[in-house]
Amino acid sequence: MEALILEPSLYTVKAILILDNDGERLFAKYYDDTYPSVKEQKAFEKNIFNKTHRTDSEIALLEGLTVVYKGSIDLYFYVIGSSYENELMLMAVLNCLFDSLSQMLRKNVEKRALLENMEGLFLAVDEIVDGGVKMSPSRSRLCLRYCSQQRNRSSGHCFGEDSITPLLPSSLPKPFVYCDAPTPPSSSLLH
Amino acid sequence: MLKKFDKKDEESGGGSNPFQHLEKSAVLQEARVFNETPINPRKCAHILTKILYLINQGEHLGTTEATEAFFAMTKLFQSNDPTLRRMCYLTIKEMSSIAEDVIIVTSSLTKDMTGKDDNYRGPAVRALCQITDSTMLQAIERYMKQAIVDKVPSVSSSALVSSLHLLKSSFDVVKRWVNEAQEAASSDNIMVQYHALGLLYHVRKNDRLAVNKMISKFTRHGLKSPFAYCMMIRVASKQLEEEDGSRDSPLFDFIESCLRNKHEMVVYEAASAIVNLPGCSAKELAPAVSVLQLFCSSPKAALRYAAVRTLNKVAMKHPSAVTACNLDLENLVTDSNRSIATLAITTLLKTGSESSIDRLMKQISSFMSEISDEFKVVVVQAISALCQKYPRKHAVLMNFLFTMLREEGGFEYKRAIVDCIISIIEENSESKETGLSHLCEFIEDCEFTVLATRILHLLGQEGPKTNNPSKYIRFIYNRVVLEHEEVRAGAVSALAKFGAQNEEMLPSILVLLKRCVMDDDNEVRDRATFYLNVLEQKQKALNAGYILNGLTVSIPGLERALQQYTLEPSEKPFDLKSVPLATTTIAEQRPESTPITAVKQPEKVAATRQEIFQEQLAAVPEFRGLGPLFKSSSESVALTESETEYVVRCTKHTFLNHMVFQFDCTNTLNDQILENVTVQMEPTESYDILCYVPAKSLAYNQPGTCYTLVALPEGDPTAVACTFSCMMKFTVKDCDPTTGETDDEGYEDEYVLEDLEVTLADHILRVLKPNFGAAWDEVGEEFEKEETFTLSTIKTLEEAVGNIVKFLGMQPCERSDKVPENKNAHTLFLAGVFRGGHDILVRSRLVLTDTVTMQVTARSTEELPVDIILASVG
Repeated sequence: MEALILEPSLYTVKAILILDNDGERLFAKYYDDTYPSVKEQKAFEKNIFNKTHRTDSEIALLEGLTVVYKGSIDLYFYVIGSSYENELMLMAVLNCLFDSLSQMLRKNVEKRALLENMEGLFLAVDEIVDGGVKMSPSRSRLCLRYCSQQRNRSSGHCFGEDSITPLLPSSLPKPFVYCDAPTPPSSSLLH
Repeated sequence: MLKKFDKKDEESGGGSNPFQHLEKSAVLQEARVFNETPINPRKCAHILTKILYLINQGEHLGTTEATEAFFAMTKLFQSNDPTLRRMCYLTIKEMSSIAEDVIIVTSSLTKDMTGKDDNYRGPAVRALCQITDSTMLQAIERYMKQAIVDKVPSVSSSALVSSLHLLKSSFDVVKRWVNEAQEAASSDNIMVQYHALGLLYHVRKNDRLAVNKMISKFTRHGLKSPFAYCMMIRVASKQLEEEDGSRDSPLFDFIESCLRNKHEMVVYEAASAIVNLPGCSAKELAPAVSVLQLFCSSPKAALRYAAVRTLNKVAMKHPSAVTACNLDLENLVTDSNRSIATLAITTLLKTGSESSIDRLMKQISSFMSEISDEFKVVVVQAISALCQKYPRKHAVLMNFLFTMLREEGGFEYKRAIVDCIISIIEENSESKETGLSHLCEFIEDCEFTVLATRILHLLGQEGPKTNNPSKYIRFIYNRVVLEHEEVRAGAVSALAKFGAQNEEMLPSILVLLKRCVMDDDNEVRDRATFYLNVLEQKQKALNAGYILNGLTVSIPGLERALQQYTLEPSEKPFDLKSVPLATTTIAEQRPESTPITAVKQPEKVAATRQEIFQEQLAAVPEFRGLGPLFKSSSESVALTESETEYVVRCTKHTFLNHMVFQFDCTNTLNDQILENVTVQMEPTESYDILCYVPAKSLAYNQPGTCYTLVALPEGDPTAVACTFSCMMKFTVKDCDPTTGETDDEGYEDEYVLEDLEVTLADHILRVLKPNFGAAWDEVGEEFEKEETFTLSTIKTLEEAVGNIVKFLGMQPCERSDKVPENKNAHTLFLAGVFRGGHDILVRSRLVLTDTVTMQVTARSTEELPVDIILASVG
């Protein structure tokens, strides 16, 4: 008989993935050892992409795991959990992720916009799930903060270009120096 | 700006990934910018993003380079840019396992965690806990306690979740924080409540009383958070399962009340918990099924999927409970999500009537190619269940299976199909020939060695009994020519089986085997030579013993015995009888409801159980010289109720002339320690109690084992069945449940256990003879005895067969335990090995008039087993 009664646990999410329309990894965070090596992870991502990118249904069972997913223009978002996990709980995580990003990117959820806001993505995911435990109930407030900040500073600026316009020193908050800011213990580590 | 992008797009052929061609060394080089003053926050944040992106892509960072970058990063704490600071926290977390000396940032993080800016505090707590080990944790314990009860939800949540992560490494420190967690659990914030409950449960999960208290407290006041409700439902159902208690407990009431929660997530969790409870009655299922029915028409695919998947589970055990949902399920058959459609169809196949099968099969075959292998296996399982339910439909279903077999698919899927076809062949003799010929076609082009050898084995077993055995030879011999070693070896064995059973084919088989003698592979050559020589003797007994029925010993046992033999050279030839026999486990029947998902199942547990016992027993000096362990009872018997002060279970071990009773005792009183525990036994027959091996000490909840050794009766060897009355004797010492301190003085006490039965079945091992007729002839009629009995209390043949098998503890052969419908006569074939290693075979002819009349014929290589069998039956 299968182990029907679940061990109650807060560890809900096994992985969060974002792939582009070629199935290439843009973002991947695995929270447990289901796929320990990069090779296994990539193989899993390939399988997942092949099975899902042509259909618009939002849920599937793959390799014994429940996968909820959502596509947007040239991006595919996946949240993966155990097949015994409450599917709606996983869906809540996916919706939270998607809503946060869509707010951050001002509804323009596509590859280029996302790549320009990678740091926002990293911060958002960190705020939504920590070590496999769901953190925020709905779209994270962080993103609101993050997003307004970005807009104030330089709207539409693109990372990755050679000429990063330096901000005027006056527009930055005054640098604050910690009296006990860490200093490296030995110089040998630095060289 | 836009124009610029377009230009870039054209150049790079569509992709505009600024991270695409990142070089690890270049990025790490850039990280030197961190040391510049004044800090450029945007530039630095971007470099951190690049580093994180590289790690995220699976790029490997060496310890030295990571440490270097990490220390450069610590400089960035001087800047007060919020985004940069948050990126630093992330980098710390990501690098905590790669870089060395990450604890250098402890003081900065502690400062942020206790600082004024709420935006920093939560993330700082999480980063800090990531780099902290159990010794350093003590230093920040005070801050953690404060953070758990912090009024800012994100700080409190962060502290709670981090504590949960820390439980794995520093359980003893974290468990001191339960009071704070308890306070947080009453929070109004839904996430804080959820995280606090999760932490509380993980700390207390080994203390059932505390968990019960926790459930009753929080269910009484109600919870704010739907997530917390889901968590509590799981805790409650786990608790219910462990109690395997009645359904009128408050726990069950709580779960049921959650079916009326306003959140779908909670309602679904409750329904699924009820469905998964073991031994739920149809009445208790009804409310859960009706909410699932409502979910079936939800616009959300995930909800429909969840509902139909759970209904599918219900249908495995209680198909009638789901019939009410048939109409809703019909609507899902055409769902655009193929997973949902497949689940709906397979559920309908279980609950619907025979007439709807054709239509549903047609529907599902239209999109079989679109669904994943996991679901294909679900479909095959459903078909397999159908075949058992409606044997008349096997033609339609077989055709469907053959079509699937020809299509592409992975190993699990193909194996499920082959399993299903084989079981149909075994159930329906009229489908045997078509089934075998389709399987023959399948192995012509089969990439899975395991399946090919399995089918070859089946052909060898069933082929010779068909009307036209010669037509299979071509398929089998083709394998010898075309395949690799393992399959060739399997094919050679199959050929030999044809030769052993069909005299007119023997000459041609011999010709084929002679060709195989020249094979490149050892195993194939050896097998061919061996079979060739046996077949050339033209003796039925040899054929039966060495080709048709093969070895019955356990392979690991044989390996060990042989190794032992080579270590201690002796004049005596190796005795095969000293090797433990391979037991056919009783639970060999196909599990009724195999899980949908490919969960890795613990395999071979049954095979190694006896080995474990053997080793444990060999370690007891009193049991030296008993000889090899012949049999251990397949499951232990409870001699107490499960809820009493002491819990005792007994496992019976049979040796050649002795029996050892193993008592696994558990003391469930935390204020007592039992010492010198023995179980005293009083036999009703002439068994002799030889000695007691006590369990030295039984502490609270730590199981211990004591043994009782008895000699089998010598005077009357047929009196093997016996009842023992049992009494546990021990010395009680009181102890303090909290400190574990024990009183020096103890007193003697006794505890009456239930009686223990030793039956005939304890003396016989179940051994499957694949070809009963051959084995029957091999044993011969030297010690044959026959008697006729009337079973006055038994009214049906099935019941009679079940009782006989259970009573004798022997293995039914040739599927003779399945009584065909509407017959009033049946013959049951049973095989086993009696204590001492003598084969024993029983043929039992049953005739049903008003009562069942049974004629038992027993054969063995010794007289004693036959006498014992007939004496026991009478």
